[in-house]
Amino acid sequence: MKKSNKMPFKIQILKQGLLLALSFLWIYPFLWMIAASFKTKNDFFADRLGLIPKIITVENFKRVWTEAHFDKYFLNTVIVTACTVVLVLIMTAMAGYVLGRYDFYGKNIILTIFLASITIPLVTTIIPTYQVIKNMNLVGTKTGLILAGAGGAHVVFLMLFAGYFKQIPKEMEEAAKIDGCNFLNLFLFVMMPLAKPIATTVVIMETVWTWNAFLLPLVLTLSNPSSRTLAVGLYAFKGENTIDWTGIAAGGAVSVIPIIVLFLATQKYFVDGIAGAVKS
Amino acid sequence: MKLNFWCWFFLLPTIFFYLLFTGYPIISSIFYSFRNWSGMTVTYDWVGFANYKELLKDQLYWSAFFNSFKYTILVVPAEMIFSLVVAYVLNDFRFRGRGIYRTLFFLPVITTASIVGIIMVFIWSVQGPVNGVLEFFLNIKPLNFLGNKSSAMLTVVLISVWKDCGTYMIYWLAGLQSISKDIYEAAEIDGAGRSRIFIKIVIPLLLPIGGVIALLCAVNSLKVFDMIKTLTNGGPYFATDVVATFVYRNAFSSELGMPRLGYASAASLLFGAVVIGIGIFLNIIKTKIQKKDDF
Repeated sequence: MKKSNKMPFKIQILKQGLLLALSFLWIYPFLWMIAASFKTKNDFFADRLGLIPKIITVENFKRVWTEAHFDKYFLNTVIVTACTVVLVLIMTAMAGYVLGRYDFYGKNIILTIFLASITIPLVTTIIPTYQVIKNMNLVGTKTGLILAGAGGAHVVFLMLFAGYFKQIPKEMEEAAKIDGCNFLNLFLFVMMPLAKPIATTVVIMETVWTWNAFLLPLVLTLSNPSSRTLAVGLYAFKGENTIDWTGIAAGGAVSVIPIIVLFLATQKYFVDGIAGAVKS
Repeated sequence: MKLNFWCWFFLLPTIFFYLLFTGYPIISSIFYSFRNWSGMTVTYDWVGFANYKELLKDQLYWSAFFNSFKYTILVVPAEMIFSLVVAYVLNDFRFRGRGIYRTLFFLPVITTASIVGIIMVFIWSVQGPVNGVLEFFLNIKPLNFLGNKSSAMLTVVLISVWKDCGTYMIYWLAGLQSISKDIYEAAEIDGAGRSRIFIKIVIPLLLPIGGVIALLCAVNSLKVFDMIKTLTNGGPYFATDVVATFVYRNAFSSELGMPRLGYASAASLLFGAVVIGIGIFLNIIKTKIQKKDDF
């Protein structure tokens, strides 16, 4: 039995070598971007492949941060992401709770409608969504971005919450009821504290999704550049400065590194969430 | 009674947002599609089915329509097979550093598609690192991967596979972990090698979850926008133009003069209906496969 717990040394080395090479290729674009963001323009065009700058400069960051308004884009992205996440968390926790735990009139119809909406492409709803935000006078505002971003059914999160609340034993609920706990208090003070792991997963996944959103902020900030998020800001920057590749790389690094750090710190929750989506 | 009240009360926020940003938009898309409307004026003309008639004859629309499917047909098998192989290798508990490799392969998934797209424009450009490597090792003249009509779509597909593969790796790993270790051991005692176990035992066991993965992968690929918009903007000469970029161009961009919200709505609805239809169809097939597996 012990033998099968060890891989033959040669195979281990071969596989390690292959995977090492592959994963280097895999993250090369990010390494390249970070290296380019610290290079001078001359250095960049002299050595297009290299990952080590000859002279390290922070000029690129200074340029995009102040001249290209990435300070503003960064702040916008943080605000929009934080508010959207809070809204989505409250909505999906409440809905997931009743969908997972109770049988009530009309439950199946609601579930079917939500599930079916996975297939609806954003591009089908984006034109009227723009009109809705326009009629609210919120085009080009962060509030508009937050509301539209929180829209939709968030089926994955609903399922994660519903699945989790479903398996909490009935006894918990009955004990709380005997103590005089009503529906609302039961949810707030008994169930939600138990659901912390799922809530964390939802917060992290929604943070990543909102941070990365492109089509929605692109459309909603067309008329007001000052409310752009990072994803849209870099696209606009590239449109105006096609040859400033070290600047583009610095802008890209500013946009992507926070989300990479967040992921590395919390990847267990993220991976569990993704895996839970396919299991349910 | 009381329970029904509380349940619907808890659903209220979700339903409100759903109606406002999904339900209402779909219904009003249908109305928009019968208008000749720029969206800038309060008034508009009802034109009946004129937008749809024009769409049927619009070669650019059909080229975008088929490109969406071409992209999907290329992406789905590539993504599924590659991610399964990686997942299988990384699921072997005897393999060291599995966690680190898993993190590295997953990294592109969590990064912003539009930003990755912009960076990739340079990486695959004539001056970029990919051509640098080809020149160094094979002494090939620089190729314009994204700017050439014949190679643009394949390059976009390759970059998309790289970007999204990690998600499907996690899905496959979830499936692989549900297979008991005893099955591997029993097969090994019977003298089956790793690759034989993979083909004869693992793949059949993974079929049901494979159906779900294929469905999600197909639906997500048909929705592609961010990558195409930033990598090629549908070019060169519409070679990578998909429905999402077609709709965007007609509804929001000034490239074509006045925006045409009615026409763009018709285009997106027609496509949306097909995608939803495919989603339902694949779902039926998936349920059938799973039922066959049950007995």
